[in-house]
Amino acid sequence: MALSIVKTLRPMAQPLATTLGGLQRQELIHTTPACFEIRKLARLRVVDNSDLGKKAMAEGRPPRCIHVYNKRGVGLIGDKVLVAIKGQMKKGILVGLKQNQKPKQPKFDSNNLVLIDDNGSPLGTRIHVPIPTILRTILKEKTLAKGADYTKVLAIASRYV
Amino acid sequence: MNLSTRVLLSRVVQQGAYKRIVTYSTKTAEHAVENQEEQKKEAPAAPPTPPSPPVTRKPIIPANYRFVYPEFLPDPKVEWRNPIREKLERLDMLDRRKQIDLPEFYVGSVLAVTSSDPHAAGKTSRFVGICINRDRCGLRARFILRNVIDHQGMEVVYELYDPTIQKVEVLRLEKRLDDNLFYLRDALPEYSTFDENMEAEPLEEGAPVPVNDIKVVLRPRPWLERWERQNLRGVANIDEYLKDKHRLSAAKVQKPWEKYDMMKDYRSSIPEEEQTEIFAEVHTELHTLELQRKRNKRKRTFVKPKQLA
Repeated sequence: MALSIVKTLRPMAQPLATTLGGLQRQELIHTTPACFEIRKLARLRVVDNSDLGKKAMAEGRPPRCIHVYNKRGVGLIGDKVLVAIKGQMKKGILVGLKQNQKPKQPKFDSNNLVLIDDNGSPLGTRIHVPIPTILRTILKEKTLAKGADYTKVLAIASRYV
Repeated sequence: MNLSTRVLLSRVVQQGAYKRIVTYSTKTAEHAVENQEEQKKEAPAAPPTPPSPPVTRKPIIPANYRFVYPEFLPDPKVEWRNPIREKLERLDMLDRRKQIDLPEFYVGSVLAVTSSDPHAAGKTSRFVGICINRDRCGLRARFILRNVIDHQGMEVVYELYDPTIQKVEVLRLEKRLDDNLFYLRDALPEYSTFDENMEAEPLEEGAPVPVNDIKVVLRPRPWLERWERQNLRGVANIDEYLKDKHRLSAAKVQKPWEKYDMMKDYRSSIPEEEQTEIFAEVHTELHTLELQRKRNKRKRTFVKPKQLA
């Protein structure tokens, strides 16, 4: 876990303390490297070609995760999340994570998301980055368990790694 | 060795009277025999002298073995050492190496790893990428491959002795200026982009491994790590993005005296005597494997002439 501590500021001018309009701001100091977990308010990157997603990414206002549909509250690969995108609430599936993965599972440079509707069918028609092969198994299992058909996401993938 | 032992044995048989001659070590035994013969001439009733300290024959181990097979050396951390486990692991590693060709590679080499993948359509998956780090020892040895595919950077961790790995190919054998290349994560994507259908670039046999002195260009902050503190040699433009406060804080955490700290060096490395001991154990088998690989390579490179008529 990334533990962050607040450095108490001394009255002396410190390089960490920056004066912002007469107010002193405290900076967070991480003692451990960031673990890139997808929790509430984590920013994600839409990687399909849905209009909504493309617009949001082009505007530079990427969606924020506002709920993770699992018991732990931390999104893992293939998990369903609720995102706030351009003032709307949409559901999506995590198809690539920045977090450290198990051996042989790819770890991506960004947290990738594919937008879906309530039935599990994707809003876009194409995913323009590779997705991990393990999603095949994960999404198939989830489809059987949950009722909604998530395997349609696999059908629009352009490439697997 | 065999011949001399046999000669010695025949001598023993001839002499008959000397049953206490040690036969396991040729040199000392010969000395002993000579000594005893001399003694016999002088005083036949004298007890045999104790054999001189055994002279062991040292196998000739190439000096580069600790770079070619770094995973055979255990972790220098004392709490984690366990000589029996290490020995057993080495045996297992040799067994695995008999099944699959695990070539020599370094951080900065471009590799292609084919592994069986139950989730993939063809049940195998192949990943091409540059090795950005090698860590852990023994059977747990790992390496990280990085590549950019469809403008998406990705990394895969492989365990070297993973039984699901089917093939490890070295497409480009070279080294870089740094011990690990984690800074490629913050560099421009072209520095970690490698073609998936890249062909292996052959290197002349016996030639030294080339060092690629390319300097990568970082993208602007924010970065994943504070690269300015790590004294990287493979980064070109780190100074561009630094302010005075970064330089000051980097200067503060520098430890220029550490290179003179012999105790630290001792604690973080395996002593040479121990290395020779370890490699003496595995050298013969590794050498035969190398010869086998060379033979196979020659076989593979032979192209049957086409019939033109």
